[in-house]
Amino acid sequence: MTTPYALPEMSLDEVKHLVSQRALDGETVLLNMGPQHPSTHGVLRLLLELDGETIVSCVPDIGFLHTGIEKNMEAKTYLKAETMTDRLDYLNTVGNNFAYCLAVEKMLDIDVPPRAQAIRVILAELQRIASHLVWLGTSSLDVAAMSVFLYCFREREIILDVFELVSGQRMMTTYMRPGGLWRDVPIEFDNAVRNILNTFPQRIDEYEALLTKNPIFLDRTMGIGKISLEEALSWGLSGGSLRGSGSDWDLRKKRPYSGYEQYDFEVPVEQEGDVYARYLVRVHEMRESLKIIKQALDTLPFGPVRSSDRKVVPPPRSEIGESMESLIHHFKLWTEGFSVPKGSVYSAVESPRGELGVFLESDGGTKPYRVHWRTPSFNNLEVLSKLAKGLMIADLVAVIGSVDIVLGDVDR
Amino acid sequence: MGVEEKLANMGVVTTTLEEAIGWGRTRAMWPMLFGLACCAIEMMAAQAADYDMSRFGMELMRPSPRQSDLMIVAGRVSRKMAPVLRHLYDQMAEPKWVIAMGDCASSGGLFNNYAVVQGVDEVVPVDIYVSGCPPRPEALIGGIMALHKKVEKLKIKDVIFDGEEE
Repeated sequence: MTTPYALPEMSLDEVKHLVSQRALDGETVLLNMGPQHPSTHGVLRLLLELDGETIVSCVPDIGFLHTGIEKNMEAKTYLKAETMTDRLDYLNTVGNNFAYCLAVEKMLDIDVPPRAQAIRVILAELQRIASHLVWLGTSSLDVAAMSVFLYCFREREIILDVFELVSGQRMMTTYMRPGGLWRDVPIEFDNAVRNILNTFPQRIDEYEALLTKNPIFLDRTMGIGKISLEEALSWGLSGGSLRGSGSDWDLRKKRPYSGYEQYDFEVPVEQEGDVYARYLVRVHEMRESLKIIKQALDTLPFGPVRSSDRKVVPPPRSEIGESMESLIHHFKLWTEGFSVPKGSVYSAVESPRGELGVFLESDGGTKPYRVHWRTPSFNNLEVLSKLAKGLMIADLVAVIGSVDIVLGDVDR
Repeated sequence: MGVEEKLANMGVVTTTLEEAIGWGRTRAMWPMLFGLACCAIEMMAAQAADYDMSRFGMELMRPSPRQSDLMIVAGRVSRKMAPVLRHLYDQMAEPKWVIAMGDCASSGGLFNNYAVVQGVDEVVPVDIYVSGCPPRPEALIGGIMALHKKVEKLKIKDVIFDGEEE
């Protein structure tokens, strides 16, 4: 079989500007790590310059998962473009919908009913736990703790079952829509989430029993990949990677959205700035997420889950049979979509990885003129070239795990 | 009935060499540890406790293409990734099989644009397509079962002597 996709020849001249003179003289070794490597969490390529087993420099090469999502969104109506957002950061699908919906709602200036806001918060926090579980499973697999992976995925299934219950899909839910939710949650939702609330604290204890005081895990993580607060801020880190260095920056507290100000929770902070500190922050975050879910579920108000603005939100089926106006709205929404007033907006949410922002520009039509995503993984990945200097290759694997990147989020 | 029953009573089973090889190939088919995008998470879920692919002798994911029999293309293949994917496929030892997992790997799926290869069959020959965005772990296991049925029926000469030119 002939293929147009032949591997390009690489020569030392092409990477000359990236490596030191010592590599050109043959004193140090250049090693290619990835894009197919079990510990790069996807398709990340790292160009390592090695002196023995010590890393002299590390240059990330990204773009192996570039999907053209931002460009594709320009060709779709606001409602259809939302399906693209799921595939950005595929561990935080609900959170991506959340950020996008908030941006569109900000442009349209419509209000979301309190019940929808609370359900959004519950789902976003469940997604945060599910994402942290995948992170915990895979990053501990990188430091050779195999059993944690199996436990984490066992619990993740329980959370995915809740997503399936409300939306019919395990991962790509597209359950939040501009103006509210697709539909109200089914009656089993309350029980399913309470089941998680009851069982989960013991599960987190289980993970901590396996890792937090495990001497092998401590040896592999403590004092590795240190970054100070000033450096973390200047590299633009956010999320758990920043809070591991001593900052309490969390958008849920500092710029509350969707009613986060009503809930009482802590922002976990550690001072060390190493791999272990970032681990502690994320495990603690799971417990805080449970607290938020519990409060939101206990105070879940009754009422509609979609805005009553018929120019944006489709009318319920029952209205279409009775009202000519509803039929017209329905027809307009599903043929050309709703139009958004001219202007631009930036809105951000706290994703499991950090600040996930959407910049949306509209020319007044039914399709976005430009959508740009400020993705946390992209910024968190860049710091890798700084953290890797002077480490062993085995430690680099632990560091990649600890900054928690998703390559779909980096390359989009 | 006849000679088979008598032999079975004696603890002997007769079969053809082809069937025995086909059976052996499907009972320890090692997939390559190679995740691209969203589907890779569901592939990991299929490996983990709930769906447990080790029931089919497939729990051992090999990160090295040289030790693996099956490539599961889990996710969208960008134009930058396609040469790497082909290179990995070329490194795998014969006999080898490919599953295109999910809509993006099968046909480009949601993304009909400049960046994504419209179906991984442009790059490597595909044996089984699994639909879904992403497919549930059950769907992936269904695809693997379909591949196993296909492999069991293969003739020896088709696989060993009909390989690609190096």
